[in-house]
Amino acid sequence: MLELLKRFSAGYRRYFIIGPACKLLEVFFDLLTPLVIARMIDEGVGARDPAAVLRYGALLAAMAVVGMGFTLVCQKMAALASQGMGTGMRAALYRRINEFAYVELDRFGTPSLITRITNDVNQIQLAIALGVRQLIRWPFLAIGSMVAALLIDVRLGLVFLVSTPLIGLVFWLVMARCVPYFKQMQAKLDRIGLITREGLSGVRVIRAFVRGDHERARFREAAEQQAGVAIAVGRLSSVLNPVTFLVMNLGVCAILWMGGIQVEVGELTQGEVMAFVNYMTQTLLSIVYVANLVVVFTKAGASASRVNEVLHCAPSITDGGNTPVALPAPSDAGAVPALRLDRACFAFEGSEVDTVRDATLTLGLGQTLGIIGGTGSGKSTLVSLIPRLYDVRSGSVEVMGTDVRRWPLSQLRRAVGIVPQRAALVSGTIRTNLCWRDDEALDGELWAALEMAQAAEFVRKLPRGLDAPVEAGGRNFSGGQRQRLTIARALVGDPLLLILDDSASALDFKTDAALRHAIRARSGEAADGAGSGLPLTTVIVSQRVSSVRDADLICVMSHGSVAGLGTHDELLAECPLYREICLSQLRREELGGAVAAGEAPATPPGPEPPADASRPDAGAEGARGPIDAKGGAR
Amino acid sequence: MNPYASAGSVSTVTASVSGNDNLNGEGGPGAPRDRIGGERLSTAAVTRRLLSYVRPHAVSFSVSFISAAVSVVLQLYTPILIGQGIDLIIGAGRVDFAALAPLVRLLALTVAGASAFQWLQGYCVNRLSYETVRDMRIQAYGKLDRMPLSFIDAHPHGDLISRVVNDVDQVGDGLLQGFTQLFTGVVTIVGTLLFMLSISAPMAVVVVLVTPLSVAAAALIARFSNRSFTDQQRNQGQLGGYIEEYVGNQRLVDAFAYGGRAQEGFDAINAALYTAGERAQFLSSLSNPGTRFINNLIYGVVAVIGCLGVITGVPAPLTVGEVQTFLSYANQYTKPFNEVTSVIMQIQTAYASARRLFALLDADEEEPDAEDAVELGRPRGEVCLEHVDFSYVEDRPLLRDICVDARAGMRFALVGPTGCGKTTLINLLLRFYDVDAGTISVDGIDTQRIARASLRRSFGMVLQDTWLFEGTVHDNIAYGRPDATREQVVDAARRAHADAFIAALPDGYDTVIGEDGGSFSAGQKQLLCIARVMLTDPAILLLDEATSSIDTRTELQVQAAFDELMDGRTSFVVAHRLSTIRNADCILYMRDGRILERGTHDELLARGGAYAELYNSQFSA
Repeated sequence: MLELLKRFSAGYRRYFIIGPACKLLEVFFDLLTPLVIARMIDEGVGARDPAAVLRYGALLAAMAVVGMGFTLVCQKMAALASQGMGTGMRAALYRRINEFAYVELDRFGTPSLITRITNDVNQIQLAIALGVRQLIRWPFLAIGSMVAALLIDVRLGLVFLVSTPLIGLVFWLVMARCVPYFKQMQAKLDRIGLITREGLSGVRVIRAFVRGDHERARFREAAEQQAGVAIAVGRLSSVLNPVTFLVMNLGVCAILWMGGIQVEVGELTQGEVMAFVNYMTQTLLSIVYVANLVVVFTKAGASASRVNEVLHCAPSITDGGNTPVALPAPSDAGAVPALRLDRACFAFEGSEVDTVRDATLTLGLGQTLGIIGGTGSGKSTLVSLIPRLYDVRSGSVEVMGTDVRRWPLSQLRRAVGIVPQRAALVSGTIRTNLCWRDDEALDGELWAALEMAQAAEFVRKLPRGLDAPVEAGGRNFSGGQRQRLTIARALVGDPLLLILDDSASALDFKTDAALRHAIRARSGEAADGAGSGLPLTTVIVSQRVSSVRDADLICVMSHGSVAGLGTHDELLAECPLYREICLSQLRREELGGAVAAGEAPATPPGPEPPADASRPDAGAEGARGPIDAKGGAR
Repeated sequence: MNPYASAGSVSTVTASVSGNDNLNGEGGPGAPRDRIGGERLSTAAVTRRLLSYVRPHAVSFSVSFISAAVSVVLQLYTPILIGQGIDLIIGAGRVDFAALAPLVRLLALTVAGASAFQWLQGYCVNRLSYETVRDMRIQAYGKLDRMPLSFIDAHPHGDLISRVVNDVDQVGDGLLQGFTQLFTGVVTIVGTLLFMLSISAPMAVVVVLVTPLSVAAAALIARFSNRSFTDQQRNQGQLGGYIEEYVGNQRLVDAFAYGGRAQEGFDAINAALYTAGERAQFLSSLSNPGTRFINNLIYGVVAVIGCLGVITGVPAPLTVGEVQTFLSYANQYTKPFNEVTSVIMQIQTAYASARRLFALLDADEEEPDAEDAVELGRPRGEVCLEHVDFSYVEDRPLLRDICVDARAGMRFALVGPTGCGKTTLINLLLRFYDVDAGTISVDGIDTQRIARASLRRSFGMVLQDTWLFEGTVHDNIAYGRPDATREQVVDAARRAHADAFIAALPDGYDTVIGEDGGSFSAGQKQLLCIARVMLTDPAILLLDEATSSIDTRTELQVQAAFDELMDGRTSFVVAHRLSTIRNADCILYMRDGRILERGTHDELLARGGAYAELYNSQFSA
């Protein structure tokens, strides 16, 4: 917490001094009030002097007004400091999150990052505001009352020395015992939520097995446990108020009795005894607030450490010192490979097993690479190494002849257009979504990209065309439309290398084929216009043989390794795994003579319509040994 | 006063810090809350129903209210005693110890009594609220259990869960504790008034006349701050939405090097939030000092008038001690007024939650089985669908004129494009939904006439979305037959080809499965579900083959397990695997809610119809 305060208080430091200082004045007046009343009684009433009463009354009013004025200043300072620092923290957090590479995003997880930047910062803001406004007020009032009492009379002040710490102790004891219960209570409540969630998600199974009674009993048990803990906490915390009230008023009893003795011998006045009583009340109130502050600060402390965790986490992928990469001239395009992997290995954080192992391949400019393999075989991870979303553990990845670690990140990511598996759009318009790679792209370029992505037709039909609104997540478009828009998005801004990461899963076969045809056409001709004059190189990740069979180079992935590399025909002849995948997806006639008779029974295609992704039902019967072709898409 | 008084609220999802210097900075974008239909209940109706929950705890309820009243009265009596005490200490040599001693004793007793009753009240309210909360929860969950599937499918689960968890909490905290606070407040006001009148009517009038100032000041500030608070919340919501969207898509932002522009957008909203937030916070932070200021003035006024009264007897003859009493009352009297806004807000929230809860409780339940419903013993497994029509939404028919005649032991493969109604058929067979027209019969008995439980027991179902609950592997497998012995469970697992991987687990069959199936692979989860059905040994099977994400070796096992399971049972399989389709006795090719073609694989291919077309055209890329 302190560290955060230090870091973000630049420009607000004076508020932290002026605010509490102003508050201190109010506290001072509050402390003075019982004394003024005491004087009013002793000098005014005692001396039968109405003018003195009015004088002290005026003083009380003046103190209230001045105190209020200073408090206003303090509240303003608190608002400025807390909101200003909170705003600064949010901006810093967001900036840091933007610097994060996938490794850090994996580590924190999206929901946790969102909580940190919203709730946690709010919690800290609250603590700062309360800190400026009250951290001084209540402890000072508590201690001040005690000191004031001691100043009036040391012996009677001793009552405070006993009762104030006693009330503090009661609070401490009760709260210390309650806190562990709160965690328990939360856990019990979470369990109620879990059982409800299970009951809803598993409703068919529960009813099919006629186990409603059992689930209800399970829920009842959880609800009873939660109530049990809650009641136990209640039993504890309901002690707090009565005991403090008791201690305080027994203190008053002591003051009356001992004060009586003092007054009798003339060491104290009646007004002073009253002042003691009033200080006692003030002390109690202050301790209650101090306890409240402790709760707020405890929460804020936890939030602060969560915020710090993010701020302290250095991004693992940086491009400091990298100078812009000179692209190869179109004339010697043939000499430089567009993509080269050299024994590239990658493992996720905390994993001992490499997700990508010793991947080596070279792809020429303008060529198409197909990557095929089952789910979890490392296809997506492999392509995410290309725009340096992850860094290799060993080996290297080169784009246009330059190691990706030597590219400036923004230049690299402008050179590589990627269409991720999950077709995500953000709220805005079609135009704002398409302009992610190039915010100055002209309409012509946008339409060309839409055309190529087979999306122009439906966008043209939208009433507002390019300016048609897109809702959060693109939920006002169908899965297929979304996917085509994300493809168009990657094509805007003349990418040199286009990565389609299983991006055609929601497209029917016809659209998928038309898309590949359009991309192929674009690869043939050198990109014209503002581009570099280099042809488009494409990487297609898919589970469908049909999507990759025409690629110049097909890479078959299995358990993170390259299990085969070559053209469709070469692989069919040489790579058993590729053959298995093909067998499950293509008809025997299509495979021609490549499949030795009897090696596997003819497996007809899956029955689902083209709208669904194909399922490599490899080896339902005839397969030997483990095959990595797994079905599924979406 | 007591930061832990609302201990329950700590457990709600949006735990906010109690205490009266609330910064109103919390609360992100409001989650959309779907409404469950039905008429909006009137406040009186809600109150009546809430009281009906309290009735079983009538003893706690009345004890808490009586002790609240007693405690408040005793607490209010305290200042009077203190005042009298002070009057006994007039000055040097003029202290009446003979009277002071019993008075101090009385004060101590009063204080002790007030504390005791306060404790009793707190304890009873706590007990009352949590027991009521528990009862409401159990009732709400029981209600979910009686709701038709159509209801559960149509409402977001998050919303239903929130009703059972958060709303019930809100009702407990808000209503019970809010009402006690309200009650205590009223007793305090009335009590103070009476006590003040009993000492000095003119002074009481003075206090009553000046205190509204404090209330008015608070209301005025609240009006100002509310407006800016709404503004702040709107900005907060905007920022929350932006963060949700962009941080949610952070990978995309990274891959497109879009961070710079995303930051610009963020900074703009963040700046707007700063302006709104600073204003809202400043204004809302005025309410405490504002009322404190007015209260200080009132305090001064009461002190001056009181002292003048002591000296001059105008407006009323008073003693010094009585002035002290009035000063205490002036403080006490305003407090309930100042708190009333927050209490009312709490009660309003609680009513809103109560309405949401009651809307759930009032929703139409699944029609219970008829009185004369037939208990199905162990059926032979003949299933017959005659001219079945069905739609989820009126006017949008989903199944039309479905006729299937399955003899015992036959194997049907349901094939067709997504959304053609294959899964719906399963819903109808198990009577999760009821047909609109036509009949479905098992062993010649219309399923509408069969008790649901007995009908469902005769079916075994394995869905694509595997469902495992938090518990041991054993309990999960034995779900359909909780009395099964370990041997029977192991045997079922063995026949489901699941024994091998279960045996390899650290605790074998006693391994606890975490939320959502824990660390098991999709295939392993499916094997466990197959074992579950294997153990119940049903006559008819409904299977939904997994389409994806099973590694090949497990897939082979799942396939084998399915085959083993289907052996000798009537089965309906939503089929994705070719072997399943080819081995079926009959393929039902469905499209647009109709059975377009039926027959074996070879027959259908030979016919050259829609099935053959699909088969032939699929991979001609």
